[in-house]
Amino acid sequence: MSPISSPHAHGAHSVGRVMLLVMLALSPATAAGFWQFGWPAITLWCVTILSALLSEAFCARLAERPAGPMLADGSAMLTGWLLALSLPPWAPWWIAAAGASFAIIVAKHAFGGLGQNLFNPAMAARVMLLISFPVEMTQWLAPNAAGMSAGLDPMTAFSVTFAGNVPDAMTSASLLGHVKAEASRGIALSQSLTGYWDPFSFGLGQRAGSLGETSALLLATGGLFLVLKRVIGLRIPAAFILGVVLPAAFAHLLAPDQYLPPLAHLLTGGVMLGAFFIATDYVSSPSTPLGQWIFGLGCGVLTWVIRTWGAYPEGVAFAVLLMNSATPLIDRATRPRIFGRRRNGHSMTAP
Amino acid sequence: MNTPAPLPTHSFLRRLLQRWGAHPEARKHPAADTDVTVLPLPPRLILPLAQHIGAPARPLVQAGQYVLRGELIAEAQGAISAPLHAPTSGTIIGIADVPVPHASGLAGPAILLETDGRDEALPAEHADPFSLEPAEIARRVAAAGVVGMGGATFPSAVKLALGQKNPIPTLILNGGECEPYLSCDDRLMRERAPEVIDGARIILRAIGGERALIGVESNKPQAIAALRAAADGIADVDIVEVPSRYPMGSEKQLISWLTGREIPAEGRSADIGVMVQNVGTAAAIHRAIRFGEPLTRRIITVAGGAIRTPRNLEVRIGTPLSTLVAFCGGTTEPVARWVMGGPMMGLSIHSLDIPVIKGSGGLLGLVEHELAALPEPGPCIRCAACVGACPIGLMPLEMAALIKNGDLKASVEIGLKDCISCGTCSFVCPSQIPLVQYFNHAKGELAAQGRNRMKQDAIKELVDARESRMEREAREKAEAAERRKAERARAKAAAAAKASAAVQTNEETTA
Repeated sequence: MSPISSPHAHGAHSVGRVMLLVMLALSPATAAGFWQFGWPAITLWCVTILSALLSEAFCARLAERPAGPMLADGSAMLTGWLLALSLPPWAPWWIAAAGASFAIIVAKHAFGGLGQNLFNPAMAARVMLLISFPVEMTQWLAPNAAGMSAGLDPMTAFSVTFAGNVPDAMTSASLLGHVKAEASRGIALSQSLTGYWDPFSFGLGQRAGSLGETSALLLATGGLFLVLKRVIGLRIPAAFILGVVLPAAFAHLLAPDQYLPPLAHLLTGGVMLGAFFIATDYVSSPSTPLGQWIFGLGCGVLTWVIRTWGAYPEGVAFAVLLMNSATPLIDRATRPRIFGRRRNGHSMTAP
Repeated sequence: MNTPAPLPTHSFLRRLLQRWGAHPEARKHPAADTDVTVLPLPPRLILPLAQHIGAPARPLVQAGQYVLRGELIAEAQGAISAPLHAPTSGTIIGIADVPVPHASGLAGPAILLETDGRDEALPAEHADPFSLEPAEIARRVAAAGVVGMGGATFPSAVKLALGQKNPIPTLILNGGECEPYLSCDDRLMRERAPEVIDGARIILRAIGGERALIGVESNKPQAIAALRAAADGIADVDIVEVPSRYPMGSEKQLISWLTGREIPAEGRSADIGVMVQNVGTAAAIHRAIRFGEPLTRRIITVAGGAIRTPRNLEVRIGTPLSTLVAFCGGTTEPVARWVMGGPMMGLSIHSLDIPVIKGSGGLLGLVEHELAALPEPGPCIRCAACVGACPIGLMPLEMAALIKNGDLKASVEIGLKDCISCGTCSFVCPSQIPLVQYFNHAKGELAAQGRNRMKQDAIKELVDARESRMEREAREKAEAAERRKAERARAKAAAAAKASAAVQTNEETTA
């Protein structure tokens, strides 16, 4: 018999349990998105996840490994889920399919599969889609025009998702897009925000935006649930939010007519989803405590910089990808101090 | 060096900042709830010669020899070693290779003793430790064969001798017992607190110490109460509650928690004026000095999901494990794994013929669900749970990746040699990657490489010496030949000169 190494006991965490808890935490915000954007949002979510699972099975086949255990760990489903939440809710099916298969095949398995990817697969796919299909990827809906409360027919799901019939009357610009467009025409924020910006309804998700990014409150609640369950740490989300809020508050104080207030930054776009669910992706974020602070701050600051001065109205996905590429470097530079040694690695000496 | 006051161990901030470790399920009950039971003498005892770190003991007895309890049957050899005494009276059967508690599962030499049931003892020498010189205390502890009873089995007297050179102001008694299931130290502290306290005071005298701190995890309130009662009115012994967290019972962690000081990575605890001893060791030292009783028995926890009545037993060293299991009512379920020691750092064993040795704190019969093991480890998802859990501040995931790629040198550069093999990283890993197994393997590999290098260096030295010797000899030979040649030439020349001179003289004379 071969010797078996200690420990002879294990903690309760497993990869499958981690993924399951993250999905559980995403559920309220997802349900809110379904309610708000109706049947087409549900079909889009299904198509994205299905494409992700099929792509995972395809890669397992290529690698000549059994697909069952790979699908069972839940990581592919979670990637699909996160991508779906970041898509425009009435996007056509092929956007979802192309994005999900890119996320799994190119961003994940081409790098070596689970645990090996440098970039967050969902964000890599979102950026690929945004660059390749800018029209489809920026088609937003007015919050109450199309949801379950508007009493839409389930059949709309098919005409919207599979036939691409989005009535013009239902579309609307996102706050970030609207502000950027108005600013380019030289209109001050105080004017362009009127009628658009209402912190209360934005907090509850009453705004145009991606499928699952709108309800900041539910996303933050889900994120805090994960912190309590010790699935994620508080460092990255806290640093991300600080990274957005600090420069935004400073700039807004200096020139309120030119820069959005910090709360508007927090409650629009993908900041909440990004801070709690995207940037905290284990694989593509740093492992050291200090590194996680740096990474989160970097994501936040870059998001604000891209939103403020970049060509695109939204910057979360770009910011996360940029910081992903810095992760190995950050990890290397921020190794914890070893017990009995100084920061430079030399042994302590007797007092 | 002054003695540090214990830091406030309940400080919220400290707990927040020092988040290392894990909280495995304690599972100390029901074994911890019942009194220590004395196990009846078994018919035969198996006494391995290597029950401690260092050189094995050298046997002094022969087959057929009758020995009394406490009689020396094997003596220490070398600077780090410990003697062995007969745990009861009886006849020596012989010395044979038998299965011993070792990771390899290989056999080792042991003295076999057939007990006669009379348990007759050698007359022992009682002493008042406070009239003995510190060096004499260390000598008597060495003679009693006391070793670290928390599992490390380092000869205690060697540690005490450190205090002879430079006094060590702070003694820490380790009553952490952070391993799940184990409660032998808990029971000892509850039932024999005065022995532990007295042992602490004897050690203090031996090392020139000023103060003893006894660190006990918060999950043992009765032990803390018993120790406090026993230490009432003793100024130099303090009992300090520490959080229940694995591996709080590790020397480095316990010292750091109690004194705020870190053992230098390339030093030892004496460098910062601290010595750590297990509470069981303190009690053994108390008996060795007060009653002249060598270390021949210990308390061991028999527990695990498969054991019918988990409990703590006081057993003679050398008792086969099968006797313990039978006394505890045998097993109720199939045993998935037998473990000697605790589940976090214990040894998986394949036979119950193995005896209890001086460092055995537990015998666990674990069932499948207690192991909670996946059929095979998954890929690393870089969740960094291991980074947060490592009590030393290492990055186990990176070290394991480097070792997997065969880059041992790089893994050493990021701290492999600082790893204490506590297994917390493996415990928390959601993919159940056997991280600590990688590290132990790499450390073994490095040690082997080191030995190889030393061997090669020695060979190279010999070869170099031989070459330079040969060279020197050849040179000397050549020089000698040269000298002889020159000498011959000179002689020849002289002879020729002489001859020509003679000729000349002749010519002159004839002229």
